[in-house]
Amino acid sequence: MWYYEKKLQYPVRVSTCNPRLAKFLIEQYGGADGELAAALRYLNQRYTIPDKVVGLLNDIGTEEFAHLEMIATMVYKLTKDASPEQLRDAGLGDHYADHDRALFYHNAAGVPFTATYIQAKGDPIADLYEDIAAEEKARATYQWIIDMSDDPDLNDALKFLREREIVHSQRFREAVEILKEDRGKKKYF
Amino acid sequence: MFTQYKYWQPYVSPFDPCPPIRVKSYNTPPQLYLGFQPRGLPQFSTAKEALFHGTLWPALFSPYPDPQIRGEEDE
Repeated sequence: MWYYEKKLQYPVRVSTCNPRLAKFLIEQYGGADGELAAALRYLNQRYTIPDKVVGLLNDIGTEEFAHLEMIATMVYKLTKDASPEQLRDAGLGDHYADHDRALFYHNAAGVPFTATYIQAKGDPIADLYEDIAAEEKARATYQWIIDMSDDPDLNDALKFLREREIVHSQRFREAVEILKEDRGKKKYF
Repeated sequence: MFTQYKYWQPYVSPFDPCPPIRVKSYNTPPQLYLGFQPRGLPQFSTAKEALFHGTLWPALFSPYPDPQIRGEEDE
C-alpha cells in the first residue's frame, strides 16, 4: 500500500500563460515514454522479477507517479485560465471539444494512452533493458520540450525531472549488474 | 577532457533547402560511464543543493542544455 504526502516532489512554478506548452507537456503524461507508462510498467514488472531488484522497481515506479502529478500540475496551471479561443489558437481545439480543460491520458498528438506502450516479458534482463531504454527516451523527451520552452520557472522543474530519469537509468543499470553476478549460480567441481 | 556532449558534422548538400546546421550534438550523461556506483561517492553539501540538482551526487548531475553552447559552467 501507499502513504500519500500532500505535496509535490519538486515545486512547480509556471511564469507565463502559454497553453501551447501544455500541448507538448501532455506527451509526458499519456505518451509512450511518459510518466504513466513508466509507473505502470515498473509496478507491474515487480511481481515476477528476482527479489533482489523488486524493491528498486517499487521505489522507482512510485516516484514516477510523483512525476506524473508534477506534469499534471504544469498542464493544469498552463490551461486553467485560458479562454476557449486561446486554447484553440494553441492547437488545443481538438482537446477542448472533447475534454474542456480536463486532463486526459493522451500524447502531444492526441493519441490516447494504450497498454501496448509497455511490456512485461517475464525475462528479467529483457524487462530491465526495456526500463533503461524507457528512461533514456523520457530523458530525451524532456530535452526536446525544454528546447521548445522559454519559461524559466517551468524549465527548472523540467530539468529536475530530466535528472531523475538519469538517476533511474543508473539504478536500472546497477540492477542488471546485480542479476549478472553469479552468486546464485550452481557450481560444479 | 570529458564532456557530457558529443559533436559531429553531418553531410551538407549544396542543394539543401534550409540553412544547414553544420555541427550537431547529442547528450552522453554520466550513467553511461559510472558502472556500479562506488561506495562513499561525494554528495552535495546541503539538502537544498541536492534537491535543486535532482540528485544527491555531483557525479550523477547532468546539465541541460549543453553548458558549452550556452557559455555557462552549469547552474
